[in-house]
Amino acid sequence: MPQTERNASRPKRRTGWRIAWFFVAPFLLFYGLFLIYPAFQVAYLSLTNSDIAGQGHFIAFANYLELARDPDFWASVWHTVYFIILTVVPNTLVGFLFALLVVRLRRLRLAVLCAFFLPYILPVSVVTTAFLWLLDANFGVVNYLFSSQIAFFADPVWAMPGVAIVTIWWTVGFNMLLFIAGLQNIPIDLYEAAALDGANTFQRFVSITCPLIWPVTSLVLVLQLILQFKIFDQVYLLTFGGPYNSTMVVLFYMYREAFQQNRGGYAAAVAIALVVVIILVSALQFRLLNTRRK
Amino acid sequence: MNKQRFSFIGLICTLLTVIMALAWVFPIYWIASTAFKSETDTIVVPPKLLPWPPDLEAFVYVIHNSPIFRWYLNTVLVAATVTFFSILLSLMCAYALSRLEFRGKGLIYASLLIGFMLPFGALAIPLFMFMNSLNLVNSYLGLILPQIAAPLSVIVFKQFFDEVPRDFRDAALIDGATDIKILFGIYLPMNWSITWAMSIITFIGTWNNFLWPLIVTNSTSMLTIPVGMTQVQSAWGIAFAKTSAIAVLASIPTAAAYLIFQKRVTQGVMAAAGLK
Repeated sequence: MPQTERNASRPKRRTGWRIAWFFVAPFLLFYGLFLIYPAFQVAYLSLTNSDIAGQGHFIAFANYLELARDPDFWASVWHTVYFIILTVVPNTLVGFLFALLVVRLRRLRLAVLCAFFLPYILPVSVVTTAFLWLLDANFGVVNYLFSSQIAFFADPVWAMPGVAIVTIWWTVGFNMLLFIAGLQNIPIDLYEAAALDGANTFQRFVSITCPLIWPVTSLVLVLQLILQFKIFDQVYLLTFGGPYNSTMVVLFYMYREAFQQNRGGYAAAVAIALVVVIILVSALQFRLLNTRRK
Repeated sequence: MNKQRFSFIGLICTLLTVIMALAWVFPIYWIASTAFKSETDTIVVPPKLLPWPPDLEAFVYVIHNSPIFRWYLNTVLVAATVTFFSILLSLMCAYALSRLEFRGKGLIYASLLIGFMLPFGALAIPLFMFMNSLNLVNSYLGLILPQIAAPLSVIVFKQFFDEVPRDFRDAALIDGATDIKILFGIYLPMNWSITWAMSIITFIGTWNNFLWPLIVTNSTSMLTIPVGMTQVQSAWGIAFAKTSAIAVLASIPTAAAYLIFQKRVTQGVMAAAGLK
């Protein structure tokens, strides 16, 4: 590199470097301490037999070997998968349906949008309070309407579908918003051209709306998948993992092992298993987003 | 003829939509109306659809039998502090990533993408140990500190800053402005709406956060409202008017924030999902 060019570029670069770190350092401090450090820490803990205070020693992969043979862990994986089956696709379809219903409205649009979205911004404990009351076995309105006496959250058959219904009611507004944005991005002249060619409403829906909304659909599906893997709050509040462990999902199992059984190291191994799955699914999400941009 | 038939179907559709929307808000209506009933009125058969005459007994009970004001204070304090610092630090970091050249920039951005995927729940154990070793369990700092770093906000702000023409910064530099002035005097005002949107959804998200307050607090006086309400509810047992009343009180701030700033909330939610 010629001497002059080096001298010329040097001072500018150095001041830039200092200012830049002034801007990023505060964020990086918090990010490093409360996200990156715990991430490495949880990986390390999973190789120890620590209690929840962090006292313990290195035991290499013993936790993972135990995990692989732990029927309770595999049961929690299955319960999580079952919950995902009950929520991801239905939640996406209901979100799409609501978006279709909302976009054709004019004067009522804002009110209807509000009605579908409002649950999403409520605290989870308010949502579960509402449903524990609505679905109460003796005094709940739902059982009154159907003249039944189902104890939704105390019945091993009904518990998980119950949690799924509550989850869909709570979060569908989010999916609806993404679909509304997607529907509004479809150029209106496509519909006009198809109408001129004699396509009816149904044909236009199948051959224009469905293919053009697919990128949003796939994004919603993946976002839902990531989100529902992390199911915890609703289970904690509605069923506490029961009845008979029928709603014991992975994160709840981790919580129980860590904070009730005092097995920090083993719980960390559960956490790592969850992280690996979520990162794999998230990688899929990035691919989807990138193909969208192109 | 054809047009008339179309509008008839349209009317049916609208009607069904409205029925669906009413059904969807029914749980919210039901919990709000239960809160204004007397305990005996909540369990009569058939259920009373209207809480008439309204009965404030449940609210009075909640105010006298739970530290609800303390929990309000805790939650407001935590949510406001987290929002302020989270947005400020994210703006600064995003500005540097978008506009300044420095070593390590690519690495930081890549690590943000990974950090944003890390599920908070999976980090709860080491975070709790960390807070425990710092003696921050049951403290405001313990509640606040781990919620400040929000990689997603940085990613969103960076995307918006990337779209501001570079000439704005170059011209300001020639006029002698520092980067701090450029960020807060030019870039921030130009991106007010997204900053506002992200602030509101950060506030709502922190207010509603359940898992972290559940883990890091256990003394009654340090709970936030979403966690605190569940504890008194289980103590009260079968008392639907009272449990509903405290739920109503817990959701007023976020529901009000949404109803007032509807457009901004929508914008923030979409930006956070990767759509603009």
